[in-house]
This record gives sequence, structure tokens and C-alpha cells, in this order.
Amino acid sequence: MTDLALIRNFSIIAHIDHGKSTLADRLIQFTGGLTEREMSAQVLDNMDIEKERGITIKAQTVRLNYTAKDGLTYQLNLMDTPGHVDFAYEVSRSLAACEGALLVVDAAQGVEAQTLANVYQSIEHDHEIVPVINKIDLPAAEPEQVRKEIEDIIGIDASEAVLASAKSGIGIAEILEAIVTKIPPPKGDRDAPLKAMLVDSWYDPYLGVVILVRVIAGTIRKGLHVKFMQGGTDHLIDRVGFMSPKIEQTKELAAGEIGFITAQIKEVAQAKVGDTITTVKNGATEALAGFKEVQPVVFCGMFPVDAAEFEKLRDSIGKLRLNDASFSFETESSAALGFGFRCGFLGLLHLEIIQERLTREYDMDLITTAPSVVYRIQLNKSRTDPAQELMLHNPADYPDPSRIEQIDEPWIKATIYTPDEYLGSILKLCQDRRGIQLDLTYVGGRAQITYELPLNEVVFDFYDRLKSISRGYASFDYEQIGLREGDLVKMSILVNNEPVDALSMIVHRGVAEARGRHMCERLKDLIPRHLFKIPVQAAIGGKVIARETIAAMRKDVTAKCYGGDISRKKKLLDKQKKGKAKMREYGNVSIPQEAFIAALRMGEE
Amino acid sequence: MARALYIHWPFCLKKCPYCDFNSHVRAGVDVAAWQAALLADMRHEAGLASGEALESIFFGGGTPSLMPPSLVGALLEEAERLWGFAPGIEITLEANPSSVEASKFADLADAGVGRVSLGLQSLDNAALKFLGRLHSAEEGLAALEVAQKQFRRVSFDLIYALPGQSVENWRGELERALGFGTDHLSLYQLTIEPGTRFATDVRCGAFAPLEDDPAADLFALTRELTDAAGIPAYEISNHARPGEQSRHNLTYWRYHDYCGIGPGAHGRRGGVATVRHKKPENFLAAVSAAGNRISESRELGSREQAAEALLMGLRLAEGVDLARLSARFGLPAASMIDADRLRLLTDLSLVWQRGDRIGVTPSGMPLLDALLGELVSGELVAA
Repeated sequence: MTDLALIRNFSIIAHIDHGKSTLADRLIQFTGGLTEREMSAQVLDNMDIEKERGITIKAQTVRLNYTAKDGLTYQLNLMDTPGHVDFAYEVSRSLAACEGALLVVDAAQGVEAQTLANVYQSIEHDHEIVPVINKIDLPAAEPEQVRKEIEDIIGIDASEAVLASAKSGIGIAEILEAIVTKIPPPKGDRDAPLKAMLVDSWYDPYLGVVILVRVIAGTIRKGLHVKFMQGGTDHLIDRVGFMSPKIEQTKELAAGEIGFITAQIKEVAQAKVGDTITTVKNGATEALAGFKEVQPVVFCGMFPVDAAEFEKLRDSIGKLRLNDASFSFETESSAALGFGFRCGFLGLLHLEIIQERLTREYDMDLITTAPSVVYRIQLNKSRTDPAQELMLHNPADYPDPSRIEQIDEPWIKATIYTPDEYLGSILKLCQDRRGIQLDLTYVGGRAQITYELPLNEVVFDFYDRLKSISRGYASFDYEQIGLREGDLVKMSILVNNEPVDALSMIVHRGVAEARGRHMCERLKDLIPRHLFKIPVQAAIGGKVIARETIAAMRKDVTAKCYGGDISRKKKLLDKQKKGKAKMREYGNVSIPQEAFIAALRMGEE
Repeated sequence: MARALYIHWPFCLKKCPYCDFNSHVRAGVDVAAWQAALLADMRHEAGLASGEALESIFFGGGTPSLMPPSLVGALLEEAERLWGFAPGIEITLEANPSSVEASKFADLADAGVGRVSLGLQSLDNAALKFLGRLHSAEEGLAALEVAQKQFRRVSFDLIYALPGQSVENWRGELERALGFGTDHLSLYQLTIEPGTRFATDVRCGAFAPLEDDPAADLFALTRELTDAAGIPAYEISNHARPGEQSRHNLTYWRYHDYCGIGPGAHGRRGGVATVRHKKPENFLAAVSAAGNRISESRELGSREQAAEALLMGLRLAEGVDLARLSARFGLPAASMIDADRLRLLTDLSLVWQRGDRIGVTPSGMPLLDALLGELVSGELVAA
């Protein structure tokens, strides 16, 4: 048990690419947590996607033993927080487990929107913020400018900001010293009834579900019979330990400490982030504040390209879910795409991550339908059914429009931070997406814009448009601000007069025509010519709002075919037939899989 | 058993950039060796597929008009000895319309050739140059005149739908062509075949093939003009006055048996597909080595045969008789043709049905490959 005064719990706040993981690696190396040989680049980001994208999806935590200049050895718990807005709740729990944070800002790029969001959260948790200006050895580094930005934008004193280069190992000792001297030690009554906050959990094939905890009061030890106050389940603790970052078992974790426990839990879904763990006997009576059930906000259908791989997809999704309780799935069937799953995600990035992991780690070929948000629909009573309220997350389940009294859609408050030159286009984008401007301020040649936006406009390629119009310079962050009534309709796409279920979407009446026209134009290019002409229409109810026609094919013939060509011709026919087998048929029109994929892909103009 | 014999002469003076046939350019050809080899191949083939008199022989290539007439004569003599000739047998030879070759036409006629198919390809010198032909338009027309004197039946080939070719341009050329009064014409749209120099040219952007829509317009114009001239299409690219169709080629399209000898020649006999070594040197070696197999043969299942019969037969204006195919291959008609598709395509006037016969309409012909993909039942296609 480490004396409370010798513990420091901190997180690192940084924008993607500003060097968080590299810095974490350096801290581990400096304090001897791993030998040179054991360091694979960026230890903390242990998923391939995390390494590639430079973002953290699952928080990891490392305990470092650091002997400071005062001669004392401190236990430093580095809490690695997820770096994305989709995981805002997880971030808030990670932050709640710490007393301070390192704010890492790229010396060349300055403060970004995402950094702001996290730093404000950190300040809300009363954290002591230690600014670190990273990458000072880059030719484009402007540490003084960035120091001023931190003071102007964030409003904290940056006069003692540590100048560092995690990559080159500059400033690491200074950072460690600042952690010890500036960040306060945790508080906590070690004799009180146990209260440990469940910060995160993950599935380990050998250990089962591993739970990361921050002990707030009391002590947690092996053999203890505990209960999860929110989850309502009891468990027997069979391991207690911490990561160095190797797994190390220990006797106990006392108030103020961070570490892990295992308790023969089979599913991460049982271990809810933010839950309070206490003892079954003589336990705490009151749970910790701040717990929230996470709800998926973005939904889409995922279908195997090869219908025969449905079971494989079920297995793969099941395995991912073992490690990610925040994503949900249920079976869905579509006339176009066959059997698949309707999946719910915390946000678009979360969706992309799951999609990518399925493709990459499980080798699945997927068709992903257009993402949709959750709508609340008030239904009038009908002759047979009473008035009721339903939550709609699949356009295919859209009810009879005559019964709809009101539809509410989720809105967000978005903060966009951009170099001045892209401001005009970004304002137009937000305006086009039904945005309501709340604020526009300038800080040192850059603009900070705050907008309220309907989430369904954001899931429809907003990120990609923002990235492309700002050449990647604009940064974006959002929080949900609840449901608002909207004039929303279901838009169907008809190919040769038959509705194609997988392409229908819920849109605001004001943008339906433009969206419909866009979709028809796209399909016109994606669906190959047939032997007859094909109308492609977008419709709201029975009313067609956009139409394109695919002209009939005019020529497809082998000019010369004699005795020697028969076998070759037959082979071509076989190939042609096989190609057709891969298409989905609608009203005698064969639509290639690629057309669905391309039509549904977000963000391509 | 086969009543049609195909003889392949694989040599050309120059390889044409659009041609993907089995043709080779060689400095010298040992005529005696080739005569011996082709005769040996013919005897070998006759040993497997004789018994019925031949109704047609076709010398194809390559450039068979480069063969010495004496060689043609010797081959025909041997064929007659081995199979026997049916009365009125059709003996066709493909010929290049150069002055040198035209000078041999009289001797070829004496050797027994009764029909020539002249590779005129174009009546325009710029187009001939583009197509890599060695003759000029004037030389070609002179050769045509000689051929019409020497042979009772004359056909010639033209290639159209060239890059950038306009409707007016093709109309002018085709009208001239129809004016020469032959009873048979082969009018091919230029097709960029894989592995040819044109395929490379297109890939490198040297030229772009004519697009499908204008090509379809030219196809329709071809039908219109040849119909009006009384020389309608009886196959996708072949036109004849009544009774003047190429009987030999009809054998392929009606999916009857035929023997094929010479390098790379294909044959179909009794449900067996045969093919000879393609490279001239390998072919010669195979024939001379005692006991070596001259050809590869592969047995075709009844489904594969039915598929082949459909994709050849539907090229013809006369279409196919489903009841007869059904009896011939022992397959129900329903397993050969997709009935739903047949109904749909008939409604679209792309396919016709008359009793047991089905066929492709004139408006369906330029879409034949797509139609086959729809019509031919999946059951006939390899899994």
C-alpha cells in the first residue's frame, strides 16, 4: 500500500497526432517500466487500428515508479483516455479517476477543438493542468505562439509549460518532475467502506473480463465478495493488480490507487463503465455520482457481401461485442442485402472502427447501409392501436405516415475550430445542414464556431465534407443536446418502379429533394445499362421528387464467332453468369453490390 | 459424323493489328513438310470421323491464299479419297486481295476451290492503312474482279465501326460494296481483342474504339441497307442472298459436327471437342513424332453442348429449335432456357418465339451477348 502523498493519478489530453502515445511510451521507458526490447512502438495503443490512426479506443492504464528529485519514490498512474468525442462518457469516467492532466499541444499546430473539449472536461473535474508543448524540435515549431494560444484560448497559465519532444526524448524528466510537484495527491479514507469506480473493462482470452478501477474509499483485495451497485451483480474477486505495463498481481489496491481486478466475469456488458464496486457485507450505501447508461446514437445495417457468410458475421460481431459493450446489434433482413445486423454505435467513429475491425481482424466483406440516428415518433391512435411513442432507428420500420403526430430528432452542439480561410465554406456547410449558429469568435487568426446541428445531418458525410473543404485543418467536436421536433420524412428510392429498401432514408423535408436528386444521379452512374431503360426515382410517400433514367444498352455482341471460338465464347458466358449471381435483383434490374456500397458510402460527391 | 472439314493454314506475310486468330509470320515455309503433315493429320482425323461424305471444306488462316495451288489440290484430293464428296460440295478458301494472290485464283479454281472469301476489309486507303493491311483499295477491287471471274461464289469482308467513323461514311462505303453484286458479305464491327496490337494501342491511348451508341447506329444502318439490297443478315455479321449462305459456317452455328485439321484448328465430333497444337513448329513435331498425340480432345457434357448450341444457334436469324435441342441433348427445354427471362425479353421485342423455335429479333441482335447471359439457364453454366 502506497502512502497517499506518494501517489499521482493523471491523464494526457491531446489532439490526434499531437503525440500523446509517443509521450506515454517515453514516460514508461524513462521510469523503466519496460526495457528497450519490450517496447513495441506505442505500447498503450495495442489495437492495430489504434496504432494506424494514432487514436486510442480502449483506455489503458500504466503504473510508473518514479524517484523524484526530492529523493522519494512516487507511484504515478497514467490513465490513457480515449481520444474521441464518440467516447465522451468513457473519457469523463477516466478523468474522474484522476487529479490532474498533462495537456499536450503540438508546437506547430497549436490548440485544436478536440483538445479544448477534453481540457474543459478536465477543468470541470477540478484537475490541475500541466501544459506540455510537444514537438518543439520541428522546423515549424512556434512554442511561444502556442504558449500564448493556451493562455488565450484555454485560459490557463502556461508560463511554466514544459517544452518537450517526446519523439526525441526532450523534456521527459521535466514532465515527470512537474507531475509530482504540480498535480495534487489523491484523497480517500482507507478505513471507510469500499467504493471503487469501474473505469473501463476489456476481455482477455486468458483472464476473462479485466476491470480497471480507481479506488475512492476503502481497500479492494483478492477473495473479497463484491457487488456492482448499478449492474446489481455479485462477484468474487480472484485477482488484483496493476499494469507496469506488464500485468503485475498485488495483494490489494487502497483508496487513491488505480489498478485492475478480475472476478470470473464472462461479458464486458456486465461491467458498466462508471459503476460503483463495494463489498457485499458492510458495503457503501451510496453509489458514486456520474453513472450513466450509454446508449447507441448512430445505427446502420451491416450485411455480408457473400450471403453465405452471415454466420461468420454473427460470430465476429459477437466476439467484438465481448470487448465493447457500447455497441449493440440485432438481426436484420433486407430484400436487397439479405440477412445481416442492425448495429448501434456511440458515434460515427465508433461505427467506422467496428466496421474496420470486422473487415480487418475478421476478414469480413461488408456492406454498410447509410447511418441513421434515433428518432422519437409520437403516433396518433388508430382504429386498432392506441396512441404511442416509439424510438425509430431503422428507416425500414418507418410507420404509416398518417399516424405520425410528431417526430423528434437528436441535436448536437458542435464546436469547430478552423483557420480563417476556410471559415466561409464551413459556415455554408453548417447552414446547408440546417445548423443554427450560436457563436463565432476569433483567436489568433483562427476561428472558433459553435453551431447547433441535427445529428442526422452530421452522420450524412459531414465529417468528410468538413475535412475536404478545410483540407483537414478544421477540427470538430460535439456534444448531444437532446431531441427537437423536425419536419422529417422517409425518402424511398425506386429502381424500375420498385422500392429498394436498403437505400431508403429519413431526411428533413427541406433537403429531401437535393438529397434525392443526388442519390438518383449517383445510381444512374452506378447501375450498369440494361436491355431496357430504367427509371431511378426518389419519392416521399407516393410523390416522386427526383428522377433519372438509365438508357437502355445498345450494343453487346461478339462480331465474329466461328468453329474455333465456341469454347472461348462459352467461357465468357460462364463468367457473365457468375457476375450476375453477385448482383441483387429489383424489378428485373440487377444492381451490383458495388453500386450499393458506393451509393451508401458517406462523403463522396 | 462430321460432314464439314476445316483446314488451317497458319502463315501470314504480316500480322494484322486487330487479328487474334492463330496466325504466324515465318521467313520460309517448307511446303513439302507441311503438305505431308496436313495429309497425315487429315488421315488421322478421317480415321476417327469418316463415313459420311463431306458437304463443305473451308481453308482458313492465317492466309490460305498463300498456299501453292498444288498443295490445295493435293489436300482436296486426299479429302475426297478419305471421306468422299457430296454432290455440290462447297469448298471455300479465304484469300487476301493482293495482285500476287489474284494471279493464283485461276489455279486455285482448277484445284477445286469454288468459293472465295476475300479479306477486302475496307474500300478506303486510310482505313486500310489503319487496319495494317498490305493492299490498297484499288488493288483489292482488282482482285475482287478477278475472283468474280474465276469463282462461281464470292464473298468479301469489310470491317466497320472504326474509331470516329460516321454514319455517312459507312453508308457511302457500304452502298459501294453492295454495288459489286456479290451474293455474300461479311460485315464485322471492329472488335478490340485482348492480346492484339490494337488492345495495346487502346490501353496506351493511341486511339479510342467507337463507342457503343454510335456503333449500334452503324449496326442498324447495315441491317437497313443490306435488307433493301436483298442481301439480308442471316447471322450477326454475315449477309447472303437466299441460298447463298456459307454452308460451312452454318455447320458451326447450327452446332453440327466438323473436323478441324492444321495448327490450332478446333473440331467437334460426337460430343468431343478437339484442338490441335497452335504453334506451327509444335504441330509439325507432333505430327512427325510417331505415336505422339496431334490433338487434345475433351469430352463435353450434354449441358455444355446445349449451352454451346444455344450461343451459336442464336447468332442466326433462323434461331434454334428448342424441341430438337432438347431431344438431342436429353435435357428438358426448361433446363436450357430461363422461362421468365424469355417472357420478359419477348415482351421487349428482343427475342421471338414461334412454336418450338426461339430466336433473336433484328433489334436484339446487337445485344446478343447480354441476351445470352439472360436466356441461357444457369443450369447449363459451369458452377
